[in-house]
Amino acid sequence: MSALTREESEALIQEVLEVYPEKAKKDRAKHLAVNDKSIEQSKKCITSNRKSLPGVMTIRGCAYAGSKGVVWGPIKDMIHISHGPVGCGQYSRAGRRNYYVGTTGVNTFGTMNFTSDFQEKDIVFGGDKKLAKVMVEIEGLFPLNKGISIQSECPIGLIGDDIEAVAKKTAVETGKPVVPVRCEGFRGVSQSLGHHIANDAIRDWVLPRREGKAFEGTPYDVAVIGDYNIGGDAWSSRILLEEMGLRVVAQWSGDGTIAEMEKTPYVKVNLIHCYRSMNYIARHMEEKYNIPWMEYNFFGPTKVAESLRAIAALFDDKIKEGAERVIAKYQPLMQAVIDKYKPRLQGKRVMLYVGGLRPRHVIGAYEDLGMEVVGTGYEFGHGDDYDRTIKDMGNATLLYDDVTGFEFEEFVKRVKPDLVGSGIKEKFIFQKMGVPFRQMHSWDYSGPYHGYDGFAIFARDMDMTLNNPCWGKMQAPWLKKAEPEEAKKAA
Amino acid sequence: MANIMIQRGSKGEYVFYLPKRDLEDGIVSMEFDTPEKWGGEIKLNNGGCYYIEPQPAPARLPISLRAKRLDAAE
Ligand code: SF4
Repeated sequence: MSALTREESEALIQEVLEVYPEKAKKDRAKHLAVNDKSIEQSKKCITSNRKSLPGVMTIRGCAYAGSKGVVWGPIKDMIHISHGPVGCGQYSRAGRRNYYVGTTGVNTFGTMNFTSDFQEKDIVFGGDKKLAKVMVEIEGLFPLNKGISIQSECPIGLIGDDIEAVAKKTAVETGKPVVPVRCEGFRGVSQSLGHHIANDAIRDWVLPRREGKAFEGTPYDVAVIGDYNIGGDAWSSRILLEEMGLRVVAQWSGDGTIAEMEKTPYVKVNLIHCYRSMNYIARHMEEKYNIPWMEYNFFGPTKVAESLRAIAALFDDKIKEGAERVIAKYQPLMQAVIDKYKPRLQGKRVMLYVGGLRPRHVIGAYEDLGMEVVGTGYEFGHGDDYDRTIKDMGNATLLYDDVTGFEFEEFVKRVKPDLVGSGIKEKFIFQKMGVPFRQMHSWDYSGPYHGYDGFAIFARDMDMTLNNPCWGKMQAPWLKKAEPEEAKKAA
Repeated sequence: MANIMIQRGSKGEYVFYLPKRDLEDGIVSMEFDTPEKWGGEIKLNNGGCYYIEPQPAPARLPISLRAKRLDAAE
């Protein structure tokens, strides 16, 4: 099926909106748009970062998810207490597949769940004492931890516990950092505010810890910010930076440590991958420590090369040569990947609905394979995300913000993409509809997808999903119409 | 009063950032823009309008400031 025209896309949005009651319709209409590359400012066509409509199926998470799950969770040598009832932490445990090296339970704690397991009496009488006790226990059981963060769940804010006071007291007793994070799930409209709160906690409780201490720097120090090492993403990014001659001082926060974070104010440039979740801290470091930051994109060879050159441009000729060397080294390898998979994927159309940076960042990788992204949207994007997206998407493609389950299904039914990339909650719906699907939050148990090495895996995965023979078997054999005679003979 | 941040965009223009609402926008005009006197009324691309106390121009950007909202867009 050929792409929809602008009129068809607009008509489709209207048609989908038809089912809503008047007020809901008005609200949702602002979040759906047909892309127009000539628009400079996204707010002229799409509204974002608003409260989800009650009663619809939204795919968003909560502020606690943004802080514990995304920003703090991957810091491997700290223990992150899910402070409150057990469920929030347990049901999201290790779901993001942030890889790390270390011995879990000894010096790293990434996939473990620590919780203060609130009961009724803690809600009634307050949980401060319990929190202090939990931290003493942690010190006894896991003495190699490098610090603790307290991730508040909803009840903590509701009953008004003073976790800051407990944190300060415990920090004095143990001599390790204890960071209280006020990321109660009810704050904000999505996980996005949780990212912001987590960034602010890092700003206030982590970054000042090494101020004024000696640091042996080089002119090539950089920090990788906003890479959560999902399936090893940060590793496949880091080797490229190191190969071109840079020194990666810190990884935020995939496979990261608190020591790395504390050292970040000494780097020369902050390189940001996920702008949405960590731009706040980059802005802060720019103001306070005079560290410039830049966004880069390591999805697909075209964007990787572009980004490597842009990063190198901030440094001297040695690094610029390094970048060219790296690009030249991987070019034939990437060409081989493209030669292999492009013929199998050429012309296929993709619809995305993810969070963070991916709705725009992965477009380049699909284009490298000759595929086209015909619809994209953010779970929790803000205006500045859409500003950046409009330029990357083709004209007359669909943009949907905080799309509801119903809208997404209808869009897919009509646009008939060859592949849908979204989260686990959408996966089985679309697979049952017979649409090839990739889970693009944690790479469907695959990855890494970043960098040159990641692209080879990305291409293989897309091919594996799209050209899987199962999609031809969606109909029960006895319901199939008899094959025409010639086809049988040819076979 | 709101905490805001003013920084330079890629083309050297001023960019306004309001962390509380995560509003990032270009500044189209600033009342005073000389080394001695800097600030005053600032107009944003989206039609919003803020006031920062006129002051000597900051030595470097970005800078966090307190600003009064005169007229918010939306
Ligand atoms: S909204 Fe509250 S209760 Fe629900 S997962 Fe988030 S922190 Fe836990």
